[in-house]
Amino acid sequence: MPQPSSWFSSPDDAATRLAEVGYLADPTTATTAYLAGALEKPLLVEGPAGVGKTELAKAVAKVTNAELVRLQCYEGLDEARALYEWNYKKQLLRIQSSQGSDQEWSATHDDIFTDEFLLTRPLLTAIRREEPTVLLIDEVDKTDVEVEGLLLEVLSDFQVTIPELGTVSAVRRPFVVLTSNATRELSEAVKRRCLYLHLDYPDAEREREIVTSQVPDLEERVAVRLVETISRLRELELKKAPSIAESVDWARTLVALEIRELDEKAIADTLGVVLKHASDQTKAVKELRLRA
Amino acid sequence: MTSGLVERHISFLEALRAAGLSVSLAEDLDAVAALQALPWDDRSVVRAGYAATLVKKQTQRPTFDALFDVYFPRMVGDGVAGGRDDDAADSGVRDNAEALAAFRDELADALADGDQQVMLELAAEMIARFGAMPGRGPGLSSWSAYTAMQRVAPSELVDRIVQALMGEGRLDDEARREAGRRMGGFTAMVEADARRRIAEEKGPEHVANVAIKPSIDRLDFTAARRSDLEQMRREIYPLARRLATRLTQEHHAKRRGPLDFRRTVRASMSTGGVPLTTHHKPKRPHRTELVVLCDVSGSVANFAQFTLLLVYALRDQFEKVRAFTFIDHVHEVTEHFVPGADPADVLTDLAASTAHAALWGRTNYGRALVKFEENHADALGPKSSLLILGDARSNYSDLHLDVLKRLAGQARHAWWLNPEHRRHWDTGDSAATRYGEVVPMVECRNLTQLQEFVHDIL
Repeated sequence: MPQPSSWFSSPDDAATRLAEVGYLADPTTATTAYLAGALEKPLLVEGPAGVGKTELAKAVAKVTNAELVRLQCYEGLDEARALYEWNYKKQLLRIQSSQGSDQEWSATHDDIFTDEFLLTRPLLTAIRREEPTVLLIDEVDKTDVEVEGLLLEVLSDFQVTIPELGTVSAVRRPFVVLTSNATRELSEAVKRRCLYLHLDYPDAEREREIVTSQVPDLEERVAVRLVETISRLRELELKKAPSIAESVDWARTLVALEIRELDEKAIADTLGVVLKHASDQTKAVKELRLRA
Repeated sequence: MTSGLVERHISFLEALRAAGLSVSLAEDLDAVAALQALPWDDRSVVRAGYAATLVKKQTQRPTFDALFDVYFPRMVGDGVAGGRDDDAADSGVRDNAEALAAFRDELADALADGDQQVMLELAAEMIARFGAMPGRGPGLSSWSAYTAMQRVAPSELVDRIVQALMGEGRLDDEARREAGRRMGGFTAMVEADARRRIAEEKGPEHVANVAIKPSIDRLDFTAARRSDLEQMRREIYPLARRLATRLTQEHHAKRRGPLDFRRTVRASMSTGGVPLTTHHKPKRPHRTELVVLCDVSGSVANFAQFTLLLVYALRDQFEKVRAFTFIDHVHEVTEHFVPGADPADVLTDLAASTAHAALWGRTNYGRALVKFEENHADALGPKSSLLILGDARSNYSDLHLDVLKRLAGQARHAWWLNPEHRRHWDTGDSAATRYGEVVPMVECRNLTQLQEFVHDIL
């Protein structure tokens, strides 16, 4: 039997509420988002760039009135930037100021490893918050393998161990979304702790809805033609296939240039908005027989 | 969960494991929890729940889907008889020339429309009417997608579909591609329906054991079908990009040169002169030249193409790449590796130029090595690595091991990739071990092994 969840009450509920904030999720995405909330498990979202992986986390935060805590991963990210750090400068000041007084060293020592001198970074912040929180760990494949080890404790038990303070457990489990472009295979251990969702380019109908919801000024007829062209471009095996973000950009460009008819000339003129590689553009012109 | 469902759930998991997915106990429990949290009235929701908890890699998804269809079939038997089935029943005859012609018309229309639901229904109907292999007593009939495809021959409909698509204003090439894709999709549906029916009679385990193909990155190069090759080719560029990104990351991680004293002291200012973090000078990267010697004879052509394409895509990782193809004569193909060119074009060019690699038409490693030493010995030097691709099957000709020894001696490193399974080495005319004693030989049968190898040597 479906259990009550503080995030979404059913897959349909997830779909409708996400749609309210402009995120049009397909049934699989809605189901998986609901499951992530219901099972209180982290959600790993993989897929090509620009299909709305990060947007999903943002949309969940928006509909559930939760705060979004974001950890942007990059090469060289370490514990100090991801979890917590001691505020050395403040600690040094504290030690210096206690030198004149009669205070024992042991008392000072206890003093400087307290909450006051702790700088919390995204992971710890998310765990300590008592209000609903969406924790977004963005582009997790960009980190070094060691950081994954750090994530394991957080993702499985929602707790962090700080040697000087002890273990901090989550008062309220955050809704965790990890995103990845799959440039690196994540470790089995991380994957085992997560639910998995592969987001791909949407079908034509959904993409048209997304484009028209983002750019309401676009005429319906042009939108249909635009989506059709985009899906034809994606079939061409380009270096960088156009993403949803690029379809929306294109729609905005067409509105800005007041192009009412997306004919071959218009496509050829504005192709730079969609394709960012010279070889891709040459290929598109050749395959779609633009300027022929 | 009732006991029957638990059984089915467990045997489904067993089948997934047998097909190469690593499904742990933790994931098993997650799947059960997910099923408890989900409504069961929609099959796609159940599928989504299973997929979210069990599949952690997109390349495994087709295998998962095939097995899911077998263990949790879309319908039982002919399903709830729809309108079209009644029509067929009314006419009395379900399988004759007239029925066949009528069915093909219907199929052509459906394919031209591209309506997935209608195509699904037609696939089921096609197996029921034209794919049955009765005659072994009640309850023992079997179903064959192959027979059904032979009889209906949907590939002959392609022209009609292309015409219909061009009528909608599509261009010729594009219509042809689209028609091909729909045909492929329909074929997959027919095969899936045959599996479903067989599973119904013989039990899902039987089908899972015999009819599920390995996922694309574990499929042998030599066993790949046309459609698989197409898919593999699409896979190779992202693969190269993943590899390149990972290599750059790993090089960066290792790139910790000598201590940068000035930066370390400056950074220690904020911590009262205590150098808490040390800074290092970056190390200079070093890159090698790569020389690829590639057997392009029929038996290993697929493998050669993929490896060359991967080498092409990884061009940036090497200072210089030179590629040669051979059958019994060596031909340089480096000029086809134009930076920024489209991989598909490169592959076509390479295929076209393989003709120059053969003078007599029979693979002869010995002669190819001699020719290489005569004409292109300058390619190898102390900075270069030699990579040989081939199955070491030389039609019992002179192997010229001494030449290979000299070539390997000139290069900094040398490797040999063999697309055959290790158990086939040294059978027939294979000289795998004898060549392998000179140049270390590695088995490389699928994309996964290829990826591992490239990662190890760089």
